[in-house]
Amino acid sequence: MGRKIREGLLLLFIKLAAFLTILLLTGIILYVFEKGGRFLRLSFLLTTPSVKNGTVGIAGNLMNTLLIVALTLFIVVPVGVGAAVWINEYAKKSAFIRLVEFAVQTLAGIPSVIFGLFGMVFFGRTLGFGYSILTGSLTLTLMVLPMITRSTQEALRAVPDNYRLGAFGMGATKWHVIRTILFPCALPGIVTGVMLAIGRIVGESAALLLTAGSGASLPRPGEGLIHKLMESGGTLTVQLYLSMSKAEYDVAFGIAAVLLCIVLLIQFLIGMLAKKRVRQEK
Amino acid sequence: MRAEVTLRGHMYLKQRKSTFMYKRNCVHAVECAVQIFFTACAFLTIVTVAVITGYLIVNGVPAIWKIGIRDMLFSTVWSPTAKQAQYGILYIVLTSLVGTAMAVMLGVPIALLTAVYLVEIASDKMAAVMKTAVELLSGIPSVVYGMLGLMVLNPLVYRLELRLYRDSVTHQFTGGANLLSAVLVLTLMILPTVTSISESALREVPAELKASSLALGASQMQTIFKVVIPAAKPGIITAVVLGVGRAVGEALAISLVSGGCVNIPLPFYPVRFLTTAIVGEMGYAAGLHRQALFTIGLVLFIFIILVNLTLNHIVRSGDK
Amino acid sequence: MGLTWANRMCKKKSGVKIRTERLHLYYGSVHALRDITIEIAANRITALIGPSGCGKSTFLKTLNRMNDLAGNVRITGGVYLDGRDIYAPQIDVAKLRKRVGMVFQQPNPFPMSIYENIAYGPKIHGMRQKGELDRIVEESLRGAAIWDEVKNRLDEPALRLSGGQQQRLCIARALAVQPEVLLMDEPTSALDPASTIKTEELMKKLRTDYTVVVVTHNMQQALRVSDDTLFFLNGELVEAGQTKELFLAPADRRTQDYITGKFG
Repeated sequence: MGRKIREGLLLLFIKLAAFLTILLLTGIILYVFEKGGRFLRLSFLLTTPSVKNGTVGIAGNLMNTLLIVALTLFIVVPVGVGAAVWINEYAKKSAFIRLVEFAVQTLAGIPSVIFGLFGMVFFGRTLGFGYSILTGSLTLTLMVLPMITRSTQEALRAVPDNYRLGAFGMGATKWHVIRTILFPCALPGIVTGVMLAIGRIVGESAALLLTAGSGASLPRPGEGLIHKLMESGGTLTVQLYLSMSKAEYDVAFGIAAVLLCIVLLIQFLIGMLAKKRVRQEK
Repeated sequence: MRAEVTLRGHMYLKQRKSTFMYKRNCVHAVECAVQIFFTACAFLTIVTVAVITGYLIVNGVPAIWKIGIRDMLFSTVWSPTAKQAQYGILYIVLTSLVGTAMAVMLGVPIALLTAVYLVEIASDKMAAVMKTAVELLSGIPSVVYGMLGLMVLNPLVYRLELRLYRDSVTHQFTGGANLLSAVLVLTLMILPTVTSISESALREVPAELKASSLALGASQMQTIFKVVIPAAKPGIITAVVLGVGRAVGEALAISLVSGGCVNIPLPFYPVRFLTTAIVGEMGYAAGLHRQALFTIGLVLFIFIILVNLTLNHIVRSGDK
Repeated sequence: MGLTWANRMCKKKSGVKIRTERLHLYYGSVHALRDITIEIAANRITALIGPSGCGKSTFLKTLNRMNDLAGNVRITGGVYLDGRDIYAPQIDVAKLRKRVGMVFQQPNPFPMSIYENIAYGPKIHGMRQKGELDRIVEESLRGAAIWDEVKNRLDEPALRLSGGQQQRLCIARALAVQPEVLLMDEPTSALDPASTIKTEELMKKLRTDYTVVVVTHNMQQALRVSDDTLFFLNGELVEAGQTKELFLAPADRRTQDYITGKFG
C-alpha cells in the first residue's frame, strides 16, 4: 500500500510540474500584454524618443533590430550552409570532419557574453568598426553559425542517398547536384534553421550591448545604408534592458509586448513550415 | 582544351600541399571555386574558435600578471574603483557556481517531470498544446524574463525577506534584488530548453522496452523511473548541458534582479555573477579594471569548458 | 465448435491452463478478434499461425492484458486462467503479468547490467535479499540456456550481448518472475539462423515447467517446435488441433490453402 501512495504522489508531482509550464506561459503572455498592450500602436512603433515631441517611440530600435537580423543572416547563411555542405558532401578525412564538428559544437556552447567581449575587441577595436550595427552583426554571425550549420546538416542528411547516386550516375557534377537537387530538397530544414536563428538574434541582448551599443535614432535624410550600419544601434532587447534600468517601466512593457508578438510570429511560421514538411513527406 | 589543361594544372600546383583534402576531380573552374568556398566555410569555424580563444587569453591574462593570481582568484574583495583598487573575484566565481547549481537543481527535475508528463501521461491533444507552450516559452527573449523577475518576483522575494528577517538587526535588506531572485529567474529560463530536449529523448525510447517492463508486472511509475528515464539518459544529459550553458551565460536578465554588490552567495544577499560583472561594469571600466573584466571573461570561458567536459564524461562513463 | 477442438487437443490429459470463451476484441470500431473460444493445454507448446494482420498477436496480448495499454480497446467474452476470469474488476494486473510472462519480437534488454536485467522483475515484486536474488538470477539464466555464456560478466551492460544472446536474456528475464505461462510474440524473427535454432531448443526445454504460447509466421518453426497449433484468419479462429494432425490433414480448406502457400 505504501507503494501505491508513493506512486500516486509521483503522479501528482508530474502533473503539477506540467501545469506549472502552462501557467507560466499564460501568465507571462497575459501580464505582458496587459501592461504593454496599449503600446501596440503605430505611433509607438514608428516614432523615436524625443523630449521635444514628448514621444516614447521605438522606431529606431525596431529598425536596428531589423537591420541586425538582415545583415547577420546575409553573412551567416552562406557560411553556415557552406560549412554544412562541406561536412556532408565534400569532406573525406574523418579527422577533419570531427575537428570541424567539434569547433561547431564549441561555438554553440560559448555564452553570449563572451561573444560580446570578443566582438568588442576584435571587430570593434582591432578591425576598427567600433560600436556599430556591423560589429553586432559580425558577432552574432559567430553566435548563430552553429544553429544554421546543424540544421543544414540534418536537412542534408535527410535527403536520400539515392538522389545523389542517381544524379552522379548520369554524369552530373557535384556543384550541379548540390544546386539542383540537394538544396531544393533540404530547403525546408534550412529555412527552419534560419527561423530559429532569427529568434535567437531577436532575443540576444548582452552581446549586442557590448558591440552594437545603444543608439536609437532613425537615419536622417541623406544618410545611406552604409552609414547607418556603421553607427551604433540598440536593438529592442537592449532598449528593454536600458529602459528597465532607468525605471521607464511603461516603455519596457511596450517593448516586451512587441517582442512577444515577434516571437509568436516566428514560432507560428516554424510550426507552419513543420506542418508543410509533414504533408510533403506523406 | 589547352586553357582547361593549364587551369587544371595550375590548380593542382596551388593545392599541392593539401591534395589529400581535395580530390582531383575539379573539371570546371566553377566546381573548383565552389569547393574552395565550401571548404573555407568549414575551416572558418575552426579558425573562429581558435581566434576567440586566442583573444580571450591575450586580453585576459595581462590582468592576472599585473594583479597576481592569489590576489585575483583567491581574494574576496572586489573594489576596482576604490583608491586602493582590489580585484578579488572569488565571490564572483562562487556566485556563478552556486547560482547555476541551484538553478539546475531546481529546474531540471521540474523540466524532466514535465517532459515525462508530455510523453507518458498526457493525451495527444493535451501534449500538442503543451508542446507549443514550451516552444513559445523557449523563444521568449531572456530580458523579458528579467523584466518579469524585476516586476513580479522581486517584490515577492522582498516580502519573504521581510518575513524571514523580521527580527534581525544585522540583515541588510535587499528589496528583493538578491541571489534568490536571480536563481528563480534562471530556473524559469532553463525550464523550456531542458523540457523540450528531454521530451525528444523520452519519445525515442522504443515502445517495446516499456512493454517489456509492464509485461513483467511493473506499474507505469516503476516503468517510467526505472526503465524509460535511464534509457533516455544521453538525451537528458544533453538537455542538462544546454540548460547549464544557458544558466551560466545569462547576463542582462539576472543583472536586473540580482542586486549589484559582490557578496558571498547566500540567498538573501545581493550578488554579482561573472556575467553581470562584465556587462555591468564594462560600460565605464578603464585601464586595469577593464583588463580585469576580460580576465573574468576568460574565467567564464574556462568554466564553461570544464562544465562541458565533466558532463560529457558523465555521459560517456554512463554508457560503459 | 471450439469445444471439439479442445477435446482433440486435450487428449494428452495435461489439463487446461488458459481458456477463452466467445472472446471479441474491438480497436475502436475495428472488430479485430471474432468469437474466439479455445482451450490452451498446460505444459505444452501452442503455436499461433496465420497471415500478417490476422489477429494472432492481438490474441496473444489478451492473455496477459497487454491490450489494456492501447487506448480504445473493448473486450467482450471471457479469458480464464486456471478457471478464473482475468478481466474481472478485482484482478491485480501486476500479479497477473507475473504469472503470465511475455517475450517480444525485438530483443530489448533494459539499459542495465545483465544481472540487473534479470533481477528487475523480482525486485518489482518485492524481492530484496541479495542471496535470493543471486539464486533467482542464476536459475533464470540457466533456464534460458545462457548461464555459461554470461556467468563471468553479470555486471556488464546487457546491450553488449549479441542479438541471439539478448533474446535469450529477455527469456531469462521473463522466467525470473517464475511465471506459469510464457507468451512469445515471434521471438526468433529478428534473429539469425544459428540463434534461432538455439532459441527453439530452449523453447522445447521450457515445456516441462511452463505453458508456452508462441506466435510465429514461420510454419516450419511451428512444425518443429509446437505440440498444438491454432490457425487464425481475419480475426477468426479457423482451425485448432495437434500440430502434426493440423499440418498433415487440415480439416478446413482455408487452413490447407495457407499451409500450402496459396496465400499469406
